Amino acid sequence: MWFEQLLFFIAGIGALAGALGVVLLRNPFYSVLSLVGHLLALAVLFLLLHAEFLAAGQVVVYAGAVMVLYLFVVAYIGGSDEPLRPESGAIGVFGPLFAAAVGAELCIAFIASGLKALDTQGADLGAGFGAPAAIGELLLTTFLVAFEAASFLLLVAAVGAVVLARRRRGLEEEGPAVGPRSDLPTDTMEVRA
Amino acid sequence: MDVVWFLVLSAFIFVIGAAGVMTRRNPLVVLLCLELMLNAGNLALVGFSRMHGNEAGQIFALIVMVIAACEVVIGLGIIVAMYRNRLPIDVDEMSELRG
Repeated sequence: MWFEQLLFFIAGIGALAGALGVVLLRNPFYSVLSLVGHLLALAVLFLLLHAEFLAAGQVVVYAGAVMVLYLFVVAYIGGSDEPLRPESGAIGVFGPLFAAAVGAELCIAFIASGLKALDTQGADLGAGFGAPAAIGELLLTTFLVAFEAASFLLLVAAVGAVVLARRRRGLEEEGPAVGPRSDLPTDTMEVRA
Repeated sequence: MDVVWFLVLSAFIFVIGAAGVMTRRNPLVVLLCLELMLNAGNLALVGFSRMHGNEAGQIFALIVMVIAACEVVIGLGIIVAMYRNRLPIDVDEMSELRG
């Protein structure tokens, strides 16, 4: 029991720190790495909620594949440092204020809601809750339409990404092997602190 | 652990992501903050699934992960296209859709 609580607080603080790192770090490269830490902490939280399959998927698909895609793009376009609060206008002031207001409202909604079950550990679970067998059975019976729609959506996204990022003739000026901008430094693979 | 702890944590993560989307200017970081918000939603879904003892919430979270992957692929494709067309990588200066 105490072990679960300890694990929750460690993973929760890790997830919050990762999220803050994504927003506050100036270099996009470090933001991506911070998000990887956040996703791993979130996978631990999923394990605490008895979602084993989802936790494994989170680590393999999200922290593995999707983040590698991000890293490639950051390395490609060159993660340049950006001043953290360049504008002193309305967005810079009211953005965090608005976010804090939404956060307070969400917390009030969760804590003060009349749902009695929120203050319990949840319903009694049978064996195999959240295991791959149970998830797979649900996916291929009750949620078959959503499953197929998701697979079609992935296909559309893959084709769309290829179309979007292909090299267009005419839009880029002629020259040897269109590549990165010449006015940018070429050492974009390096992480600059 | 009570389920409400997980829900409050997911609210905090969502809020941090929302603040990032509103204040950061690099589209890559904006996409990362969108991921944060989607993940907060996932955590809430899984928490409610635990509360009800019903795996449907986990299926929802799985589908949300698929949607997030699609969104990342398209978003990164757009950013790479912006870079190729020598447009500024800055959401404040990208104000027209004409490619």
